[in-house]
Amino acid sequence: MSLHVENLKVYYQTLKGDVRALDGATFDIADGEIMGLAGESGCGKTTLAHSLIRLTPPLKFIDGIVKLDDEILPIGDMHKMDDFRFHKISIVPQYAMNALNPTRKIGKMTAELLASKGANIKDIDTELRRRLDLVGLTHDVLDMYPIEMSGGMKQRMVMVLSTLLDPSLLMADEITSALDVSTQKAVAEMLVEFRDLNFVKSMIIITHDISILYQVADTIMIMYAGQLAEKASKETVIEAPRHPYTKMLISSLPQVGVQVDDTRLKGIPGTPPQLLEPPQGCRFRARCPLAFDKCLEVPPFVEIDPGHRVACWKEPGKHA
Amino acid sequence: MLKLQDISKTYKVGTFGGKELHAVCDVNLEVGTGEVVSLIGESGSGKTTIGRMILKLISITSGSAFFKDIDITQLKGRELKEYYRKVQGVFQDPFSTYNPIFKADRIFAMVKDEFYPDMKPADWTKKVDECLKDVGLNPPDVLGKFPHQLSGGQLQRFLIARALLLETEFLVADEIISMLDASRRIDVLNLLADLKNKGLSILFITHDLSLAYYISDRAVILYRGSIVEMGSTARVYYNPQHPYTKMLMATVPRLDQEWEDVEIAIRERQLPIGQGCAYVGRCPFANEQCSLERPQLDEIEADHQVACFSCRNISP
Amino acid sequence: MEKKKKQRNEFLYFAFRNNKLRIGLLIVLFFLVMAVIGPSFTENDPQSFIHRGVPLKPFESADFIFGTTVFGQDVYSQFVYGLRATFVVGAIGGGLATLIGVIVGFVGGYLGGKTDEGLNMGTNIVLVIPTLAVLLIISAYLEVRGILLESVFIGCTAWPWTARAVRAQTFSLRSREFVDLAKMTGMKSLKIIFREIAPNMMSYLLLVFILQFGGATLNAATLDFIGLGPTEGISLGLMMNHAVAHSALLLDIWWWFIPPGFAITAIVGALYVTNVGLDEVFNPKLREM
Repeated sequence: MSLHVENLKVYYQTLKGDVRALDGATFDIADGEIMGLAGESGCGKTTLAHSLIRLTPPLKFIDGIVKLDDEILPIGDMHKMDDFRFHKISIVPQYAMNALNPTRKIGKMTAELLASKGANIKDIDTELRRRLDLVGLTHDVLDMYPIEMSGGMKQRMVMVLSTLLDPSLLMADEITSALDVSTQKAVAEMLVEFRDLNFVKSMIIITHDISILYQVADTIMIMYAGQLAEKASKETVIEAPRHPYTKMLISSLPQVGVQVDDTRLKGIPGTPPQLLEPPQGCRFRARCPLAFDKCLEVPPFVEIDPGHRVACWKEPGKHA
Repeated sequence: MLKLQDISKTYKVGTFGGKELHAVCDVNLEVGTGEVVSLIGESGSGKTTIGRMILKLISITSGSAFFKDIDITQLKGRELKEYYRKVQGVFQDPFSTYNPIFKADRIFAMVKDEFYPDMKPADWTKKVDECLKDVGLNPPDVLGKFPHQLSGGQLQRFLIARALLLETEFLVADEIISMLDASRRIDVLNLLADLKNKGLSILFITHDLSLAYYISDRAVILYRGSIVEMGSTARVYYNPQHPYTKMLMATVPRLDQEWEDVEIAIRERQLPIGQGCAYVGRCPFANEQCSLERPQLDEIEADHQVACFSCRNISP
Repeated sequence: MEKKKKQRNEFLYFAFRNNKLRIGLLIVLFFLVMAVIGPSFTENDPQSFIHRGVPLKPFESADFIFGTTVFGQDVYSQFVYGLRATFVVGAIGGGLATLIGVIVGFVGGYLGGKTDEGLNMGTNIVLVIPTLAVLLIISAYLEVRGILLESVFIGCTAWPWTARAVRAQTFSLRSREFVDLAKMTGMKSLKIIFREIAPNMMSYLLLVFILQFGGATLNAATLDFIGLGPTEGISLGLMMNHAVAHSALLLDIWWWFIPPGFAITAIVGALYVTNVGLDEVFNPKLREM
């Protein structure tokens, strides 16, 4: 599979005008790649994920091309996207496990879901059971109501459902944040296993918790205020980031072994900009210690090393 | 400064209140002056319940609690108000802690009304400004605004400033930075560290091991209402003895190491706590004694205690 | 201060755009204005028998624009004075019911425990009492009843559902963290209820009052119609009662009972529609963008 996103712009409609939540994202995901998408609140990561699969008002498609497996995704057209959702591209939304219909048994809900996608549960029954075994759920689960299941069980069930039709690309939006530590590890590792078993080809894992990404992702992409900041292998992002925001962000994260009396970590002073009338050029400019006048122009997201892209004028790259 | 002895909290649940839920079981805890103690646990561990009991927001079912040698279990009326001068809390969700229809600095006005009714307005404004500067806020930037006009970090600092206004000596910080953005968390943590150096005692409740390591002098690991391990932070983190603590240390995602291959049984359903150790359902080292008797905290080295029967037989 | 103004303006913006609110309020206001200034256009007492002879149809005579009743009374005069009575009952009855319901709901909801159990039981008892039977008994003992008594009676029997609703809201609000903060500032319970919880429910309380007003009006009209209303004075329900009792239906004197019936329906209906509109204004999720 391959995902190519070019200059994607998606804004939010509000009474006061358009909030420029995603302003020109260009990146690629290779076959078999698990990309972590991280950033602070308001950076646009959820907007990006939702625009790839379900662009409904108040989201407004402005510009850009998205190609999945060399086929253009009609993300601006809700109707045409029906053929792609769950078949080619799928999502496990945030709070999915709390959104299960409490009055439906899991089995019935699955049948209804598949029917709406034009698939019959009888055809997939064997495969469904095989996958339940794989994630450690007993077949009884199909006869249970959501309230009888624990958080971890529900999360795993939702993951199975989202990947049942073997989509090329799966997006997981904050699926580990409400779980306890051991379930978190199991669910995160399950994501990798789904990729290894070829249930899905590639994945985008969206979270604000970068340490989870370090454990399971292949690459990490950092976003800031609707723009892409950096994308590289996880080792590079954590150990040798190049974008000033990434550098300051990583160094502000407490880790076991770092004590305040020995090492005082520093945060990033200031706050992210308002996206209703965003600042011109690079949106990190106001908080960046390296900002200079070229930063009034939006820096392109270019490759400075193989597999390492950065959007910063200070970084030497093939854009001189 | 604060001493909890055999504190327990039991809720009546089920139809007609037939069954009992033991949220906290026989917890013994001490926090000294200018000390930061982390209460570490996952959801259901009872850490928030302990915090709320200390803040007298819920009742203590059994056990005794002393603040500077005063019994706090029976406090009422004027004495309770005096207690609130010394002991305060800050909670997880900054936006929920403020009444949304009023301005944020109303919380200061509330404090003045209740505790400093006779102070002259000019003196009060000066005191408020000082406290705001102590928490790193610029008074003109934050006064006179509504909660939704301020950021989460500013709101949390506001609450800490309020505690300073009261001249608090003991602060219960319940997951206070978990809802803040990653780049702002460290500033609030650093603020707590500064206040600690000025003499404030803090009970830092969290599920995040790295935050606890950064700021605390001592760590207390809670599991389903009981303390399983406690001691100085370094000892507990680098020489964990209890199987649960070991599991926590290995499973929490870290930025400096990859997950070890640790066999974890995923908890399917919460089993009621029987007579024995609370962890017996998931413990790979459980023996018969563990199901029958509750282990007590035992000192295994200086400033390091563990509540486990099997631990003594396992080499560190 | 700027944001509060913006917030209020946001409400007003939506309020003025909301059709249901506009139409509903317009109708109610129309009748209210009629009730207030209507009587100044006639010198006729609603009860006096003025006209002799065949009942006049509307617009037949300049003195009686709504026509006359079978007894020669001025229908217009009855109508506008009746409107006044209707609004008075609505306000007093509805207001009283709201007041009792709100106090019971707040106190029970916030304090919980035995107080709540007691108040809850009281609420349930009043809910279950057959009000019609009680009213029949009262009317048997009190030969002369006025509008005030009717209002008070309605007020004292219509509050339970308000109490229930307010109690439920109070329950959910009291576990919010800003209440904890107030407790930790040493505030007493009563102060917390009125300073922290009640202001948050203002929009809800407004809706409750409007519903009670409409309910009281309808209740009063019904009671009047079946003869359990006041024994003196005139109201819209009483008009209809007299009309039916004196064969207006048979004699086709439609102008005696249609205006009051129409007015009641319009007012109560408009109030309910206003309610729905206000709900949309206060609750952004219901707004149609």
